[in-house]
Amino acid sequence: MSIDLRAGSPPARVPFYNYPKVRSIAYQVALCAVIAFLVWGAASNAIDNLQKANIASGFGFWDNTAGFDISQSLIPYTNQSTYGRAFWVGLLNTLLVAGIGIVFATIIGFVVGIARLSKNWLVNRAASGYVETIRNIPLLLQLLFWYNAVLKALPDLRDSVKIPGGAFLNNRGLFMPEPIAQTGFGFVLIAIAAGIVGSIGYYIWAKRRQDKTGQQAPVFLVSLGLIVGVPLAVFFAAGLPLTFSYPEAGRFNIRGGIEVVPEFAALLFGLSIYTAAFIAEVVRAGIRAVSHGQTEAAYSLGLRPQPTLRLIVVPQAMRVIIPPLTSQYLNLTKNSTLAVAIGYPDLVQIFTGTVLNQTGQAVEVVAITMAVYLTISLTTSLFMNIYNSRIALVER
Amino acid sequence: MKKIASIIALAVVFGATSASAQTLKTVKDRGILNCGSNGSLAGFGLPDAQGKWAGLDVDFCRAMAAAVFGDDKKVKYVPLSAKDRFTALQSGEVDVLARNTTWTSSRDTQLGLNFAGVNYYDGQGFMVRTALKVKSALELGDASVCVQQGTTTELNLADYFRANKMKLKTVTFATSNEAIKAYDTGRCDAFTTDASGLYAERLRLANAADHIVLPEIISKEPLGPAVRHGDDQWFDVAKWTLNAMINAEELGITSANVAEMAKSDNPDIKRLLGSEGSYGEQLGLSKDWALNIIKLVGNYGESFERNVGAGSPLKIERGLNNLWTKGGLQYAPPVR
Repeated sequence: MSIDLRAGSPPARVPFYNYPKVRSIAYQVALCAVIAFLVWGAASNAIDNLQKANIASGFGFWDNTAGFDISQSLIPYTNQSTYGRAFWVGLLNTLLVAGIGIVFATIIGFVVGIARLSKNWLVNRAASGYVETIRNIPLLLQLLFWYNAVLKALPDLRDSVKIPGGAFLNNRGLFMPEPIAQTGFGFVLIAIAAGIVGSIGYYIWAKRRQDKTGQQAPVFLVSLGLIVGVPLAVFFAAGLPLTFSYPEAGRFNIRGGIEVVPEFAALLFGLSIYTAAFIAEVVRAGIRAVSHGQTEAAYSLGLRPQPTLRLIVVPQAMRVIIPPLTSQYLNLTKNSTLAVAIGYPDLVQIFTGTVLNQTGQAVEVVAITMAVYLTISLTTSLFMNIYNSRIALVER
Repeated sequence: MKKIASIIALAVVFGATSASAQTLKTVKDRGILNCGSNGSLAGFGLPDAQGKWAGLDVDFCRAMAAAVFGDDKKVKYVPLSAKDRFTALQSGEVDVLARNTTWTSSRDTQLGLNFAGVNYYDGQGFMVRTALKVKSALELGDASVCVQQGTTTELNLADYFRANKMKLKTVTFATSNEAIKAYDTGRCDAFTTDASGLYAERLRLANAADHIVLPEIISKEPLGPAVRHGDDQWFDVAKWTLNAMINAEELGITSANVAEMAKSDNPDIKRLLGSEGSYGEQLGLSKDWALNIIKLVGNYGESFERNVGAGSPLKIERGLNNLWTKGGLQYAPPVR
């Protein structure tokens, strides 16, 4: 038996402005209006100020000749290039140091993080000491330390350390022979590509077979053979189609070859070592988060320690590790802006430094730079989120 | 640095509009002059151990304060790096920029600056280690050169090497201090800046005799104080502060004899020191504006000798900076 509750008395008349829905929409509209007004006010005020002060505005400067030199550039750049080109040089330099820094920081961070869990007293303590020291010293000081340590410890140009194989090391940087591909080198590249495709195919086949029959296949050895062995054979068969351009000592500097400038090295060391300390803690926390029962269960099923780590512990730990790891990657990228302190030509140094000063267009230049960092960070975040959702616990 | 730039950009965005229109009134109401200065260049702008600022550019700001307030101590010095200086002036953070800044056409137009004149005729040079046995800048092909970013120096350097078909590796730093430190550690073969700056920096190196300044001067660097576009009254005050100092030297008025000179019969002197005509009032200042400048700061020659000339550790010759009557370029329009 049911009772109709509406039957008793008619509902009390509530004024429409007291409806929760109306209220929440009204508040949101009001907030949007306030924000829009602030943005409009700031923008029109800025335009007004700029016009009053006779300061050029707009993005017309982009195609003007820059007129200054940049010490490190991944794309051809001379002082006759445009400001726009200088922007790309700076952006690529930022991405270079951030990209390599992320790889190094991840490797060091995982090694140190696992070392902190080691039962070996010395290894454990050394890793703790590293983490506690590095993460408690401001990054800027560490960068200055690395820059001065790197510069001061290295010999002068005239007493360069000669590294076997034609490389030089001095306080101007590391100079290495540059490989130059000759005709026929394309075959080697094709062999490498074929090797990678073949390895993936073999991996899939091996996995299917293991699912069906339980038999394991030597995936690692076969892949190594396909990706390294075969191309090497092709390389010899093609008659060594690779020559090197060796660096040569000139009167002031070393010419030719690949050059790694000390500013880059100092920034890379500083960023990787600093961020690695944080990553180590993230990794340690992630592994600790996997219940010990999981390991015991694996052992009781007869798995050896190495597969236990690889198949049971790490996949579960990764779920805890990935989100904080993403924010460490973002921190590293953003921290690379400290490059200005040691003269590495990153985006901030070139663009909000020299270009801003030469053009005087602070609003445009700073806005572009902020948009670029936002884009880099959001992109990194996006990829890490995709990865995270792939490895997340599949709930059934 | 990015932070500073962002803050300054914000200041441009949200900053009050009135500040740019009536700077003289704003400064008078505030009771203190905000002066953008170099914080680390001996002879131009540098606080000493007691925190007392001294230098040719600092003297200009003192002279402006003397002209406006009759007191040369009513100045707040804001040390600015080369790359932040223009935004600081544009955004109204400082009222005048006296920071060994080169007068160029693009700064005059695009950056919205007005240069009040030239208080030091300079030119860019190079400093190298004596041990390199380099005799001329033309031998510097392939060299690494340390330079401060955001300066005309950076552009001249690139031009000079391109014009002489030499290769160059520049290493740029945000501040002059960092650039000279990198040069000192051997990161670069040469350090380049305005010649006056080279002499000043050389004195700060561990062993000054190990470094020489090469003879070539590769550019014209007329250094002068600047104010914002769009406020002609304030621009006039800045221009005539400098002109008063130069005219005073030409007329032989010094900080020591200014009281006597005020009684002089020379009409030029009477006009400058305010005992004849109302030239101070026309500028929006008091009658004795120039008298205060000379009494408190001195004439241009005194300021030069004290800060960069014979009376200073830099010992730079007057050269181009001598009066036009003595073979130099310093020439000021008359007060009348």
